[in-house]
Amino acid sequence: MNFHLRLWRQDSKAADGRFEDIEARDIPAECSFLEMLDIVNNRLVVSGQEPVSFESDCREGICGTCSIVINGVPQGPGRGAACQVYMRKFAEGDTITVEPFRAGAFPILKDLVVDRSAYDRIIRAGGFIDEHTGGAPDASATPIPKPVADAAMDAAACIGCGACAAACPNSSAMLFVGAKVTHLNLLPQGKPEAKKRARMMVRAMEAEGFGNCSNYYACEAVCPANVSASVIAKLNRDYIAGEFAEAVGAID
Amino acid sequence: MILDAKIPPGPIEKKWTSFKNNAKLINPANKRKFRVIVVGTGLAGSSAAATLAELGYQVDSFCFHDSPRRAHSIAAQGGINAAKNYQNDGDSVWRLFYDTIKGGDFRAREANVYRLAEVSGNIIDQCVSQGVPFAREYGGELANRSFGGAQVSRTFYAKGQTGQQLLLGAYSALSNQIGLGRITMHENSEMLDLVLVDGHAKGIVVRNLITGAISSHAADTVLLCTGGYSNAYYLSTNARGSNVTATWRAYKRGALFANPCYTQIHPTCIPVAGDYQSKLTLMSESLRNDGRVWVPKKKGDNRAPGEIPEDERDYYLERKYPSYGNLAPRDISSRSAKEVCDEGRGVGPGGLGVYLDLGGAIKRLGKHVIEERYGNLFEMYGNITGENAYERPMRIFPALHYTMGGLWVDYNLMSNIPGLHVLGEANFSDHGANRLGASALMQGLADGYFVIPNTLGEYLSTQFGGSKVSTELPEFKKTEQEVRERVNMLLSVKGCVPVDEFHRQLGLILWDKCGMARDDAGLRLAINEIRALRDRFWKEVAVPGTGTDLNQSLERAGRVADFLEFGELLCLDALTREESCGGHFRVEHQTPDGEALRHDDKFASVFAWRHQGDGNAPELVKEPLQYEAVHLATRSYK
Repeated sequence: MNFHLRLWRQDSKAADGRFEDIEARDIPAECSFLEMLDIVNNRLVVSGQEPVSFESDCREGICGTCSIVINGVPQGPGRGAACQVYMRKFAEGDTITVEPFRAGAFPILKDLVVDRSAYDRIIRAGGFIDEHTGGAPDASATPIPKPVADAAMDAAACIGCGACAAACPNSSAMLFVGAKVTHLNLLPQGKPEAKKRARMMVRAMEAEGFGNCSNYYACEAVCPANVSASVIAKLNRDYIAGEFAEAVGAID
Repeated sequence: MILDAKIPPGPIEKKWTSFKNNAKLINPANKRKFRVIVVGTGLAGSSAAATLAELGYQVDSFCFHDSPRRAHSIAAQGGINAAKNYQNDGDSVWRLFYDTIKGGDFRAREANVYRLAEVSGNIIDQCVSQGVPFAREYGGELANRSFGGAQVSRTFYAKGQTGQQLLLGAYSALSNQIGLGRITMHENSEMLDLVLVDGHAKGIVVRNLITGAISSHAADTVLLCTGGYSNAYYLSTNARGSNVTATWRAYKRGALFANPCYTQIHPTCIPVAGDYQSKLTLMSESLRNDGRVWVPKKKGDNRAPGEIPEDERDYYLERKYPSYGNLAPRDISSRSAKEVCDEGRGVGPGGLGVYLDLGGAIKRLGKHVIEERYGNLFEMYGNITGENAYERPMRIFPALHYTMGGLWVDYNLMSNIPGLHVLGEANFSDHGANRLGASALMQGLADGYFVIPNTLGEYLSTQFGGSKVSTELPEFKKTEQEVRERVNMLLSVKGCVPVDEFHRQLGLILWDKCGMARDDAGLRLAINEIRALRDRFWKEVAVPGTGTDLNQSLERAGRVADFLEFGELLCLDALTREESCGGHFRVEHQTPDGEALRHDDKFASVFAWRHQGDGNAPELVKEPLQYEAVHLATRSYK
């Protein structure tokens, strides 16, 4: 197959970026989108040019390293991360636009590579259960009803890729934060710190420059891990309870 | 050179307890004075860094990813073993220990494996406390499933994403400690060398992958938790970035590399589709709980699977191994798949595939049950192959997945270089010649949460007094200079062949001649071919750009250069081990019915290789394996 690529090139964080037109010829229909980029890159190298920088690692949709926007959609068409997009989904001769994630809190480092360390900093503010190794009771000591465990798992499936914030017109990271808060706050082990967790993570999110949810649901539409926007409702409830508890000096 | 594994005395059930009772402790005030470098943030690295920081050590954690959460442990699917016996089906610490030793074809160190089984239950407790959402039954208790090589259900799981959930648990503990200021996190930092001071591991040299800056970091001890080397084969189930560089650089500084030929080829991966392919995708072994593996009885049967009647199908695992059936261990299942494909009965393009059929289970349990258990795997399969596995069986074929070999360590997880500790897949110790499913996650977390916090004192207690090591020492300056020179060498070749091309060719050599079946002539040929390829690499590789910014060609070139050296050692080890065991199958050594034939009289030992300088043959150092608790037996899954 043959494609016409419009690729975002940017030499460094400080430099201005631009779209570059590259022809991708004789691409096998069975190959993945990233394998198509590999082929294009290797051809660039052979002709003495610098290949396009883009991130990927596991290439099976779970590590969250992919950070590209294909034809305006973060992580590209269909469910899953960009590494799960296959060329057979495109038509012969298609023009395909490839950009990095766009969000103020995700500065572009080079070409399609962005800095998503903001997400790590949000987790450090409260995305954990403060529990030290060795002190755990037997795993079966606290039964957790299956529906609760399943709902926690569905939220915990977040791969931390950043597509939610990249898709949001308000650059909100609330799907990401809501997923972690929902995962931990639903579980009995996460209850003791539930309100504090929501409060601290939302504050960290705001400090990183992410906006608030404005109910577009673009995050849910692009999320490669199928995280439901209902986690944002849970986040809002726990956050309000957390701020209120702090304001009135409640111990819980 | 004599290797002392430092195995504690006493009966096997008492060794770990007696070790802990007598272990050297470091008091809390002194812990604060010790700095620990942890390289890698997978299960072993994250759990070790978090736990050591909780204990009060100053920890520096390094990963080459942009975030510690991206380490490749994240991709593990199936589950984690633990001898909890929640199912009341006869499990025990002893049984998990024995299954693991037997699964490893009696080539693992007994005392380490027993300890692994002993702490397995603590891991599950720890993970549940951290909020890992393991699968549950309706009453709220934990669910289990079976995995290959076991006849009990002892595998805990979180959908098909167990590795992800366990890693995120360890990552959350790590993040907590980073937030508290007890761990300094260095992302985008790739370790390119180990620094020795007076023969002790006292630091590392890293390259920042974003800025290109090369820097030194000093500590009182170094922990390598850098994973395995499956990517030497180019196509594997590992992430693209997984590499051997950290352990290989340690080897070149004197650490022994043990049993590199013990590689695991996983039976259930999506077959190769073309030469553009960048990786292979695993379909979790857990599918074999409900799936049946088969090929047509007739050679070259091109009918669609649905048109092949039941009595013309060969469920070869069930036929050959009636007691374990589809849950035969990975090495045996892979080899059986190769056998039927060699006979011309393989399915799909090129005849390199077998069916993994869940049709029966869908009929018996309903599509919704299968969807709940394996939905994400079916979706992934559909995405990659364009086929609907609910309607026709999956096509699978073996692929490189895990490497049991790694740097040699003693019972304390310390290598032969004082101060250099090696955890998780990067070491060699627990899986022998074949790893059972759901045991890698167990080992990574055992090493990090429960073993190293107890054993690290053995080394650190010898390091009181004396001046603190600083990066101003000439040893650091010299190593840093060597790293710079190597980076510049890669940039100055200025050839016109992309790095990937060399990697792909190395992979083909290893897969053909050091893959599921190996023989003397093939291995000798492979060594020559690798040497020739390495020479070509240094004349023709194209690495555009500079070393002073983000340069992904340069990153890959450095890793492939190390794989090109390592591949030779891998083949040399396979050539020297003239027996078949576990994942290492030498065609000259097999039973009349084609099973692996061990030679315990000559080879019941660890083969550890010691670097003797570039261009010289490495020295072979052996650690005899003493079996006190189990009898060496011929593995049988029939």
